[in-house]
Amino acid sequence: MMAAMSATGLVATALPLAAINWHSTFFLLFAVLACVCAVAVVAADNVVRMALYLVLSLGATAGLFFLAGAEFVGAMQLMIYVGGTLVLLVFGVMLTAQAPFVSIKTAPGDRALAGIVGASLLAVLLLSAFSVEEWRKPAAGVVGEPTATPIGMALLGVRVDEPPAHAPAGVRSGYLLPFEIVSVHLLVVLVAAAYLARAKRRKTPRAIEVAASVEPPASVAAHAAIGREPAGRSGSVLVGGPR
Amino acid sequence: MISLIGSTPLGGGLFAMGLFTEPVSVAHYLVVGAILFTAGIACMAVKRNALGVLMGIELVLNGANVNFVAFASPYLQAEGSRGLGLDGQVIALFVILLAAAEAAVALAITLNFYNNHATVDVDRADDLKG
Repeated sequence: MMAAMSATGLVATALPLAAINWHSTFFLLFAVLACVCAVAVVAADNVVRMALYLVLSLGATAGLFFLAGAEFVGAMQLMIYVGGTLVLLVFGVMLTAQAPFVSIKTAPGDRALAGIVGASLLAVLLLSAFSVEEWRKPAAGVVGEPTATPIGMALLGVRVDEPPAHAPAGVRSGYLLPFEIVSVHLLVVLVAAAYLARAKRRKTPRAIEVAASVEPPASVAAHAAIGREPAGRSGSVLVGGPR
Repeated sequence: MISLIGSTPLGGGLFAMGLFTEPVSVAHYLVVGAILFTAGIACMAVKRNALGVLMGIELVLNGANVNFVAFASPYLQAEGSRGLGLDGQVIALFVILLAAAEAAVALAITLNFYNNHATVDVDRADDLKG
């Protein structure tokens, strides 16, 4: 009993609970989770495990966003990245996960080379991260306001947030135009993705097509030579998928 | 639980560095962003599975987003500095949206490649080699 009490007292003197900054502690938790899972994505060979580690890393990053006071961005990160993009990726994994492709091994030489290049890149980035005096100062602890309303209004073109100190006074533009560009871009991209990924029906087996495109018939070559039929058209008919 | 972490050698070392007691700064977030970015670059370079390359791109974009949010956050700024304000968070939102769009198209291309070549190994995608 005495030993237990003295041990508790020792820990309490070494680590006073009142001195613990819980914001920093949770930051450390999420940061370690995000970084370890990101490195595990690189280290893992199995594509299903890579997807799992990526989910954990992105989720921990959303926690970092919440801790930085960007709760709207954190929620979007969870909903779009973890909810949408990862479902897409996992579907891709399931559709292409035939036995030989679940884990494609990387050559050890490539891995070592990537390790060296990555370590030097990381060294440069860390050096620059610590190079500015202002970035190293601890946070002053200004409590930010909720960001959902200012972001929503700014996307509609109305700014209700306080301007930064260095910004010139006067009317500031919102983000209506970028918002429209991004939304049209997203629409076009999704239509294109659906078009690209649609199921095609082949009339002829691919082996025959390949053989035909490698050795075009003499009549086609003759037509192409005298220019009655464009050479590109015959090639595209043979190589491209059947309409 | 914190006492448990603190009594291990690693936890004690982190405690001595002040990571549990000092408020975080922008540089802390920049370190996390740098590690995510580097892991993504290495993933893009090393993986032979096309989906692995896609995951590397997601990691790179995510590392950039961490930096944007850190510079935009009023909570993390030092005394007398207000950071980017709302701009950084909105740019982070746009990056998330564009990453979703990019993932959709890249996945469609990967599925198309898989349908035509019956593999997802990017080293086999050398039909356009000059």
